[in-house]
Amino acid sequence: MADFWQQVVAGLASGSIYASLALALVLIHRATGVINFAQGEMATFSTYIAWALTTNHGWSYWPAFAVTLLASFAGGVAIHQGIIRPNEKGSVLRVVIVTIGLLLALNGLVTWIWSGEVRAMQSPFPTRTMDIAGVAISIQDIGTIGVVLATVAVLWALFQYTKVGLAMRAAAVNPAEARLVGVRVTWMLSLGWGLAAVLGAISGMLAAPSLFLDPNLMAALLIYAFAAAVLGGIDSPIGAVVGGLTLGVGLNLIGAYVDFVGADLRLPAALAVILVVLLVKPSGIFGKSEVRRV
Amino acid sequence: MRRSRALAPIAAFLGLAVVVAVLPSFVSGFRAQQFAYVAIYLTALIGLNILTGYTGQISLGHGAFMAIGGYTTAILMVDHGVKDIWTIPVAAVVTGVVGFLFGIPALRLSGLYLALATFAVAVSMPAVIKRFEGFTGGGGGLNLFGLPELTASLEPVTVLGRELTFNDWLYYLCWTVALVGYVIAWLMLRGRTGRALRAVRDSETAAQSSGVSLPAYKTLAFGVSAAYAGVAGSLFAIATTFVNPDTFPIALSILLLVGVVVGGLGSLVGLIAGAVFIQFLPIWSQQVSKSPGAPAVVSGVVLIALMFVLPMGVAGLAARLRTLTKR
Repeated sequence: MADFWQQVVAGLASGSIYASLALALVLIHRATGVINFAQGEMATFSTYIAWALTTNHGWSYWPAFAVTLLASFAGGVAIHQGIIRPNEKGSVLRVVIVTIGLLLALNGLVTWIWSGEVRAMQSPFPTRTMDIAGVAISIQDIGTIGVVLATVAVLWALFQYTKVGLAMRAAAVNPAEARLVGVRVTWMLSLGWGLAAVLGAISGMLAAPSLFLDPNLMAALLIYAFAAAVLGGIDSPIGAVVGGLTLGVGLNLIGAYVDFVGADLRLPAALAVILVVLLVKPSGIFGKSEVRRV
Repeated sequence: MRRSRALAPIAAFLGLAVVVAVLPSFVSGFRAQQFAYVAIYLTALIGLNILTGYTGQISLGHGAFMAIGGYTTAILMVDHGVKDIWTIPVAAVVTGVVGFLFGIPALRLSGLYLALATFAVAVSMPAVIKRFEGFTGGGGGLNLFGLPELTASLEPVTVLGRELTFNDWLYYLCWTVALVGYVIAWLMLRGRTGRALRAVRDSETAAQSSGVSLPAYKTLAFGVSAAYAGVAGSLFAIATTFVNPDTFPIALSILLLVGVVVGGLGSLVGLIAGAVFIQFLPIWSQQVSKSPGAPAVVSGVVLIALMFVLPMGVAGLAARLRTLTKR
């Protein structure tokens, strides 16, 4: 039984990483109706910034963490203003192809700047384990879960209690009317991209210590995040968090106890989740089903 | 007027066939091999164009269909001693059936969600291949080089009285397949079927009310498109004389979409441009930087730049997605 709970906690830790990346996808999808295929590569890029600051420039972890978040935010806003916004008019396909171009370009750029070698990323949390009621729980896992939950709480407060948050929600729900009442819709969308980049950066920095840093760090994580977002309902922030945690625990338990799946088939299992949810209940657990006029 | 419109593509095609036939006499074996890869990508692009260009269904997963074709060829050659060229039609059938079956759930997915699902298929493909080790050789892959089943690999082969080295043989094999594939696609798309597929792309509602069966045509497009990708994968395995899970990475799927977009979704000339782009991009980008990351940066930037300056290159798709995702 101790083993079971250990798997659950480890699952919650990886699940919280999926959740933050899924939340980034949901923020952008809600605001602009786009699935950002470059979300993972943006996160990888951010993580490399943190790695370079700590390893090459001798910064300690938390200042590097904060600076990386600021840089990611600026990068997200810049990407929206410079690359996404001019291509937003017309078709969604155009933006999808742009995000795929961005995926390729950022992935190549990471290899170009920092080389493709696998790097060790330092963790802010000790690797020791803690004993709680006979269950050995790694402090790193608890730290990961804590950071993600804190981020989600801050974001929720931002959307719920601040004027900017209200404006962002308005811009996402009804851009035309929001503009009429004086919301600067374009900048609100840019802000959304900035926040999504920050969430991605957090997930990357939390994932890198245990998965090691290489240019394809987030490729698999992006699929897990897609699965989490689809499972929770791609328009629902709560759904992204719940979906991420559920997926993390579920995949971990299946990986540990179902021999056929093991460690190798976790990614295809996530694919199965995506397909089944899209086919059976496309709106996910928390999403509203889309009504379309023909 | 009508007649000249029908004759122009035929003339262009014959001209191309002549150029293709005489080209190896003027270039080195190494170049011939590179051009063989162009033909392989062209085959895959013809297939993707049927699905994405004509029917308006985005696939980010055609590399996975290529993997199925490639592994079909490799397994038949290594385990069952089948001669390489006979594995190509088998690969087409196997991949076509898989594509057709995948087309059934894909019926319920539109636009973005189909892109997402096919993307996930392509990303998880290598993991599936590694898992079924006994069948696929796992991470080590399957080696075809030196097998007697691989035509011309050990000693030159004589075809129609000409002695061909492996590279020249590969060149002619791949281009023959690609051009035959193009003719088949052209015949299929110029009549009733092509019209129905374009109708599905432009407006599903309108197509349906005119009596076009959406499930039938969409799954047909998926099956045919996958069969082309399977043939391309089969040729790819023969050309590289080796397959492993990383032979068909997600980057390949993305590059195929890039190729179709570069080609402007449509004409033969456009598709050849796309195939040349995919094959020679890594070589050209060496001019920019020797870094292994450079090709990805260049293709990413080209893709984004194309969307800035030539969004009409994907006009048909654009129109379809606009109707689909209008909110």
